Amino acid sequence: MTDQTVLDEIKEVVTSNDVVLFMKGTPTFPQCGFSSVTSRVLDHLGVNYVAVNVLEDNAVREGIKVYSDWPTIPQLYVKGEFVGGCDIVKEMFETGELKSYLSEKGVLESAA
Amino acid sequence: MPMAADDIAKLIKDAIPDAEVEIVDLAGDGDHYKAVITSASFAGMPRVKQHQKVYAALGGRMGGELHALALETRTPAG
Repeated sequence: MTDQTVLDEIKEVVTSNDVVLFMKGTPTFPQCGFSSVTSRVLDHLGVNYVAVNVLEDNAVREGIKVYSDWPTIPQLYVKGEFVGGCDIVKEMFETGELKSYLSEKGVLESAA
Repeated sequence: MPMAADDIAKLIKDAIPDAEVEIVDLAGDGDHYKAVITSASFAGMPRVKQHQKVYAALGGRMGGELHALALETRTPAG
């Protein structure tokens, strides 16, 4: 049972920030390999993002899975749109799609 | 509770009949897998939707029993 207030909180976070990464741990101290890879990709591209550590709040940890209809963490949101988890982010990064996607969304300053 | 690679492949094939499924045991521990799934039904779908289709095939096991299943989805010859 996921509380509606948690879903509302998540919605608020993903709509009021351009890029949000839900992860286990923090970008500095990731506590899962998948979260680590995903935050490193964003760091590498020089994107400013808000990281939400789901390990600090179990309601958010479970709520984000319901909100996205996606069973695993990490999860990347750009301008309120769910992009995907680690595999998708990594694959998009490797093909160059992620960079062009972020540029299109206007969240990559050093796009040139 | 890890799942056997064959069981994972069967669940996916049951739900996506034309799928070609290759399971790689990443760590050799029967717990960390990568599944490469090729299906014509993925054509034109965003990656998120392709992966969600596979998750649906796994019937809620993803994130639970299967906490470490990496996915790669492809369309045939594409």
